[in-house]
Amino acid sequence: MDTSRRHVLQLLGLSAAALAAPPVLDALAAGPPAAESKIGPAKGALTAKQWAMVIDTRKFKSEADVRPLVEACHSIHNVPHWDEKRWEIKWLWSTKYESAFSGTASGRFGPEALEDRPFLVLCNQCENPPCVRACPTRATWKREDGIVMMDFHRCIGCRFCMAACPFGARSFNYRDPRPAIKQTNKLFPTRMKGVVEKCSFCAERLAEGKKPACVEAAGGKLAFGDLFDAESEVRKLIRENYTIRRKINLGTEPAVYYIV
Amino acid sequence: MLELAIKGSKRYYGWAALLLGIAGVGFLVYLKQLDFGLGITGLSRDVSWGFYIANFTFLVGVAAGGVMVVLPYYLHDYKAYGKVTILGEFLAIASVVMCITFILVDLGQPMRVLNVLLYPTPNSVLFWDTVVLNGYLFLNLIIGWNVLEAERQGVHYQSWLKPLIYISIPWAVSIHTVTAYLYCGLPGRGFWLTAILAPRFLSSAFASGPALLILLCLVIRRVSNFDPGWKQIQSLAVTVAYAICINVFFLLCEVFVAFYSQIPEHMDHLKYLFVGLHGHGAYVPWMWASMTLMVIGIILLVNPVTRKNEGTLMVACLCVFFGCWIDKGMGMISGGFVPNPLHEVNEYIPTLLEGLITIGVYALGFFVLSILFKIAVSVKEEVRA
Repeated sequence: MDTSRRHVLQLLGLSAAALAAPPVLDALAAGPPAAESKIGPAKGALTAKQWAMVIDTRKFKSEADVRPLVEACHSIHNVPHWDEKRWEIKWLWSTKYESAFSGTASGRFGPEALEDRPFLVLCNQCENPPCVRACPTRATWKREDGIVMMDFHRCIGCRFCMAACPFGARSFNYRDPRPAIKQTNKLFPTRMKGVVEKCSFCAERLAEGKKPACVEAAGGKLAFGDLFDAESEVRKLIRENYTIRRKINLGTEPAVYYIV
Repeated sequence: MLELAIKGSKRYYGWAALLLGIAGVGFLVYLKQLDFGLGITGLSRDVSWGFYIANFTFLVGVAAGGVMVVLPYYLHDYKAYGKVTILGEFLAIASVVMCITFILVDLGQPMRVLNVLLYPTPNSVLFWDTVVLNGYLFLNLIIGWNVLEAERQGVHYQSWLKPLIYISIPWAVSIHTVTAYLYCGLPGRGFWLTAILAPRFLSSAFASGPALLILLCLVIRRVSNFDPGWKQIQSLAVTVAYAICINVFFLLCEVFVAFYSQIPEHMDHLKYLFVGLHGHGAYVPWMWASMTLMVIGIILLVNPVTRKNEGTLMVACLCVFFGCWIDKGMGMISGGFVPNPLHEVNEYIPTLLEGLITIGVYALGFFVLSILFKIAVSVKEEVRA
């Protein structure tokens, strides 16, 4: 009994060694590493230290002002449309002032103008993002330009990031989104069921030297630029106007500013 | 010892087959979920965790509750628990198996679960939860199995087990602490953002875990020749009595802080759960049922007459177990997501299909538990004979 057990163990050990050997041999066999390839932004790409957005809410009168922006965003990013509210996917949407600024809105007797105004909400690309802290696989991470990025292919769909986000900016694909996409944009990946998604400040457009789709569609109602460049358009607007941000008391440092 | 698991009466085989059958139904429904996506559940953009995660949270508590027999036996040399320690350890194993299964069925992309190990991320509490849960599973397997084997051989267990046994005690506390940290470290979720969440989780764990253990001991007394002992059951009952009192006290502390401070972000979740918010109140009857059950449990357990009566003790343990289950397994998770970050109320109601998957996972857990308890009880019967 004992000898046969030992024999089996020996066989197991040998098999394990055989399995482990090839990668080690491969590593030894590989030549010297190739000259370090340069990884960085492409020529003509827009770069920044922390991308930020300023939304001039005074210029949004009704839903009609919002719709083209949402449409631009959702169509180029292949965001599905579900009638079932539970499965809803939203990257950019509008809500009421007191919802966008719940907890800090001026309350019952606030200015009437604000009550009727649609407030655009989206991922705040926080400087200190709780979603990035929560993700167990680094499927969501903070890029050097401040964008909180998503890897749809690494995401395991645990939805910890959705619980961590204090702005409700993230959506989950409760089912295969593809049948619910009106017209697929072949230049942007569609997602599969079971992964989280959200706005990424159009990182794919910035890489081509273009501003985010919503900014382009807004015709001057939105501004976009580097928060840490004192000469940038966003800094100029923040300097010259009274701006507010969502839930700054939580310390996430949202990079979306609202002129009210 | 594994052979003891397959040498049983017709009744034992019937019970195991029944559990496997239920687990099989759950598995078939899970295949449907795998195909369709988590859209078969009642989960939504606003309430992104539900029944699965809630049951996971509750069962982490039951697993940690096993330490309430391990600690007195190994640390305080409370000899009487020698008879039930193995049951506590095996209950912990079955509970952790259910926890891990619940996490797996909750994932949108379960095939990618090993990404957690491929890209270890120390800043994520979920990564640590994976580490502590699996660690606790293996600790209990190694300790429980070897100690039982030694008992069967009539020798003292191996000396190298001792450090593992000592480690397993704080480790039990760690699994529920880390699970609480999943929730209480998130900004903007007022219901969970409280330092007392981990202590509260532990108190309900030390109530519901031993309560279940008492019920299981009472069952074992009836269906086998092994008697875990009335003295042991009574000691456990005292533990449950203390823990459930502390649990309700912690809950009242929460209620005081929320309602005396009058901060809406903290109050509104409790309001939603106990009286309803903006006309939504699906959980109101459940939460009051939970409170009632816990109070009945306290009355029956604190009063020595009812605690020492087998019938009323059983009722008390059922009250504590289901009271804690509703509080933690239903209210704790959906309560934290409603109202949502924009202060809108979108309720979560579990669907029949996710209910079936949940029952399937419980059946799987009880199957594992039955096998392990069968082995333990057979060894005990053998040693006694």
